[in-house]
Amino acid sequence: MTLTKRVIPCLDVDNGRVVKGMHFKSIKDAGDPVLLAEKYSQEGADELVFLDITASEQQRETIKSLVQKVAQVIDIPFTVGGGVKNLQDARDILLSGADKVAINTGAVKNPEIITKLMEIFGKQCVVIAMDVKRNYEIKGDRHIFTSDSKKFWFEVYIYGGKTPTNLDAIDWAKEVERRGAGEILLTSIDMDGTKEGYDIQLIKEIVNAVNIPVVASGGCGKPKHMLDVFLQTNVDAALAASIFHYKTHSVDRVKEYLKENGVPVRL
Amino acid sequence: MVKVAIFDYGAGNIFSLKSSLEKNEAQVDIITNLEKIKNYSGLLLPGVGNFDPAIKSLNTSKVAFQDLVKNQIPVLGICLGMEMFFEKSEEGKLGGLGILDGEVILLPNKFKIPHMGWNNLQIKKPSVLLDGVKEGSWVYFVHSYRVKPKNEEIIIADSDYGINVPAVIENQTLFGTQFHPEKSSKVGSIMIKNFLRVCKK
Repeated sequence: MTLTKRVIPCLDVDNGRVVKGMHFKSIKDAGDPVLLAEKYSQEGADELVFLDITASEQQRETIKSLVQKVAQVIDIPFTVGGGVKNLQDARDILLSGADKVAINTGAVKNPEIITKLMEIFGKQCVVIAMDVKRNYEIKGDRHIFTSDSKKFWFEVYIYGGKTPTNLDAIDWAKEVERRGAGEILLTSIDMDGTKEGYDIQLIKEIVNAVNIPVVASGGCGKPKHMLDVFLQTNVDAALAASIFHYKTHSVDRVKEYLKENGVPVRL
Repeated sequence: MVKVAIFDYGAGNIFSLKSSLEKNEAQVDIITNLEKIKNYSGLLLPGVGNFDPAIKSLNTSKVAFQDLVKNQIPVLGICLGMEMFFEKSEEGKLGGLGILDGEVILLPNKFKIPHMGWNNLQIKKPSVLLDGVKEGSWVYFVHSYRVKPKNEEIIIADSDYGINVPAVIENQTLFGTQFHPEKSSKVGSIMIKNFLRVCKK
């Protein structure tokens, strides 16, 4: 046996509550993060991701005490992101109980932070969150793809999916790996909140571009979507929020379904 | 109540390990040197960080650490904490604690690095730390290097990641895990309990 595929519930947190948005907008309240974290941990979640979604754009620090409370009730690994700008932010988060820190805007604006973090904390702590959207305005040196006979490239966005960076996602993925990232948390802005499934093409391309683990995110509306992303790509983990928040599907039942369909999971 | 200490190299999540020990009824202090180590029944070297900075933070405590091992005070090294028991690591330029003969080398690159996620334990022999842990149990790994002890007899369990990765080592009162027991759900908690039981003796 070797590594299992990981199923990761995500807690997007705003002002101490778990929320879920659509295309990074129209936020909806989905519960108490501490209770949800405990529930997911008991149901057999392989890991949790905790994103302080407003942190970066409002220049606010992640709510450390909340992270501490969540970490106290779980005994599985835990990634925290949102507003990580420097080493002190990262250390605060790790010492509050997180195992990894996820950085997006902070890394795009200051890529050296990736190497600095890796040198102090080890690369396994450094997760680069990439929010990616298809851009149909074709430019010269981009990696161009085709879908439904339309050409596009994958562009990295920052500030919670609001600001395009002109960065090619394939190039950026390779760069963060070279600089010392230990994992990529890859979110499709196009699919996020749609519940229509992951952006398989995006995930495939990023997974093939790097040799570090990749977590697929954005678009999961039912267990079948998770199965699709595991069967059709070599992705290491799949993240979902809404399907777990609203009691539609418990983590253990989703994992049983994956196992029945040939995906190696921890049960 | 058993009283243990976690050594803080200033670069890691100590909180989870502390919580996990406290849940198993230990009293836990965070320390940054080994001056008062005699007050404790056990020491934990946590598992997050990078080899050189972590070794540097332990540098002034090297002799104290050797004494402690000699005096059979139980030590549990997790991930990097275990890697530091050895003579050297490919992750850093500085020498390790050198308590165990052998080195720490990078995982082969035919699979993704880091080895990150849940993998099975292949238990090789009965041991104190794995008492009550079933063959094939899932534990959580997140690492890029593996230990290569000169004396392979100290490897109690390994895990398959293209090659056999030593997962648990045990040498008298010196224990090490490449995975994170504090992050390995109920199975991990059994090992924490087992370690604390040794500390009580």
